[in-house]
Amino acid sequence: MQFTGTENYIASKDLSIAVNAAIQLEKPLLIKGEPGTGKTLLAFEIAKALNKQLYTWHIKSTTTAQQGLYEYDAVSRLRDSQLGDEKINDIANYIVKGKLWEAFEADEQVVLLIDEIDKADIEFPNDLLLELDKMEFYCYETKETIKAKNRPIIIITSNNEKELPDAFLRRCFFHYISFPERETLKEIVNVHYDNLEDELMQRAMDIFYKLRDKRGLKKKPSTSELIDWIKLLLVGKITTQELDEVKNMGTTPPYLGALLKNEQDKEVVVKGY
Amino acid sequence: MFIDFFLILKNNKIPVSIGEYLTLLEALDKDIIDYSVEDFYFLSRSILVKSEEHLDAYDQLFGAYFKGVETISTEDVMNIPEEWLRKNGERFMSPEDMEKIKAMGGLDKLLERVKELLKEQKERHQGGSKWIGTGGTSPFGAYGYNPEGIRIGQDESRHRRAVKVWDKRTFKNLRDDVELETRNMKMALKRLRILSREGVSEEIDLDKTISKTSKNAGMLEIEMVPQKKNTVKVLLLLDIGGSMDDHIELCSQLFSAAKYEFKHLEFFYFHNCLYEFLWKENIRRWDDRVNTLDMFNTFNSDYKVIIVGDASMSPYEIMFKQGAVEHYNEEPGKVWLERLKKNFKDVVWLNPVPEKEWNYVQSIDMIKNIMDNKMFPLTIKGIEEAILALKNTKLDYT
Repeated sequence: MQFTGTENYIASKDLSIAVNAAIQLEKPLLIKGEPGTGKTLLAFEIAKALNKQLYTWHIKSTTTAQQGLYEYDAVSRLRDSQLGDEKINDIANYIVKGKLWEAFEADEQVVLLIDEIDKADIEFPNDLLLELDKMEFYCYETKETIKAKNRPIIIITSNNEKELPDAFLRRCFFHYISFPERETLKEIVNVHYDNLEDELMQRAMDIFYKLRDKRGLKKKPSTSELIDWIKLLLVGKITTQELDEVKNMGTTPPYLGALLKNEQDKEVVVKGY
Repeated sequence: MFIDFFLILKNNKIPVSIGEYLTLLEALDKDIIDYSVEDFYFLSRSILVKSEEHLDAYDQLFGAYFKGVETISTEDVMNIPEEWLRKNGERFMSPEDMEKIKAMGGLDKLLERVKELLKEQKERHQGGSKWIGTGGTSPFGAYGYNPEGIRIGQDESRHRRAVKVWDKRTFKNLRDDVELETRNMKMALKRLRILSREGVSEEIDLDKTISKTSKNAGMLEIEMVPQKKNTVKVLLLLDIGGSMDDHIELCSQLFSAAKYEFKHLEFFYFHNCLYEFLWKENIRRWDDRVNTLDMFNTFNSDYKVIIVGDASMSPYEIMFKQGAVEHYNEEPGKVWLERLKKNFKDVVWLNPVPEKEWNYVQSIDMIKNIMDNKMFPLTIKGIEEAILALKNTKLDYT
């Protein structure tokens, strides 16, 4: 069982090794990198490649660690008690399972994505230490210990909005997805558009890299932006001649909005081109 | 087997622990990778390095340690004399060693030199002043770069490739924009909180629910309350420019931590001492000023005031009118500081100058007196003390 990327996802060698090591040693894998380099996508592709079910847990600023384990719906139970419902005798009826519980409970090994862990409160990662280490937790209401039947493959992504505590990092493998080199990027584009003209691609890449090298950009365009942009070029039937003009005459690239998401960045390019 | 490499990482401030080393051995045991140095590099990197800012340092150390190793044939390995492989014991870098490294032009330079020497050196060496080895006076032996590990390097000609993955130093850039270590500060600032319930009702209020339900003859009536949130209001006054330039990094750390931690945060800049005006944007300090009296009136006395400044100036700037360095001031800084104290109940001064140097600057002592001794160093411990002073108004520091 080795992950080497899929037909839609080019995984570099170092990424594959990191993923395989994390799977074999049953440790969570923490993925960082520029936005748009396919951090979240990785979990989806691992699940697809290894033919496993995927559970995703998207973290928001209000998410607590407990929500990933379970929540006890006391209000419903109180209400049901009024109605004389038989259900109330079993507290388990009012335990709402979280993503971690579901993943632990699965009969087969699953992939669990904890997306954008840095969005949560600063203490959030610390609250999950034991759960990620031992892959078990205790449910106080039903007095049972939930232990993973099969340790799930856990992929955690972070955008670096907050630092993660050391104790948490110790328990993870870490991989930084760096921006792909030209050759790899070509492969990635090819995976998405297999009948792309070589000429067009060449020029699009030239313009793209020139844009990335531009100083003073707040958010450099990355892989996902390039892919969207090429799609627009194809839909808009932009010719290689038109792209040549951009390259040689220094006019503004067509559909610039797909590459740059920031008003000031656009100004930098439009004025500086 | 890789103990020496592990210790080199540890000695060079890459935070690695025994647990990770054991994990690495386990991974090797499980045959996750082929027997190639490149694969080993990728594997060890993902296990040992936990943050992108350490990637570059890791690449360099890896390059230095494993230079040439990738081309060793099994035969060569069999032929290595046992004494070469004998472990040399642990060596940790002392502060003096760090100084020496600095004197040699930093880690990069040093590693370059190690590489150079390694190219020349061919056999085990002990004593002497140039070669890397044990018991010598060459600086390298003392730094924990174990020669047994590095020296199995072969002739240059046997390298298969010119540039190795780790020698490319792809992650060099990531070092420049190292994220500021603000976590500790955030944790310290977190203690300054006044919890109150505001906003949407999300939590069940047990006491009220019980009493209402019993009044309702057992028919359930649920009462909800909003969650407790930190509603503390903080006013941050920052000294900027001049002697504060030395402390700019520390101050921006504090600023970003405070901005994250406090929802109600207001900030203003001043220069050296508080006078009749402040400003919000440093570029527009001359044309976009805020009158200090207006500021007093805008923010009520609930605001906790944190002043950040080195308090290092000429005593005239505090005691005399027209003493300010930048403009003509009608009233001395002392008067304004007294007014500030009167207007806000809780005021502390955080000083980035190390506490042991405070005695040597007259103005620091003067300001400390004006502030009723509520001046604390801008360190984690100092922030904690300052927060305590802000929370407990009754504490007397005089």
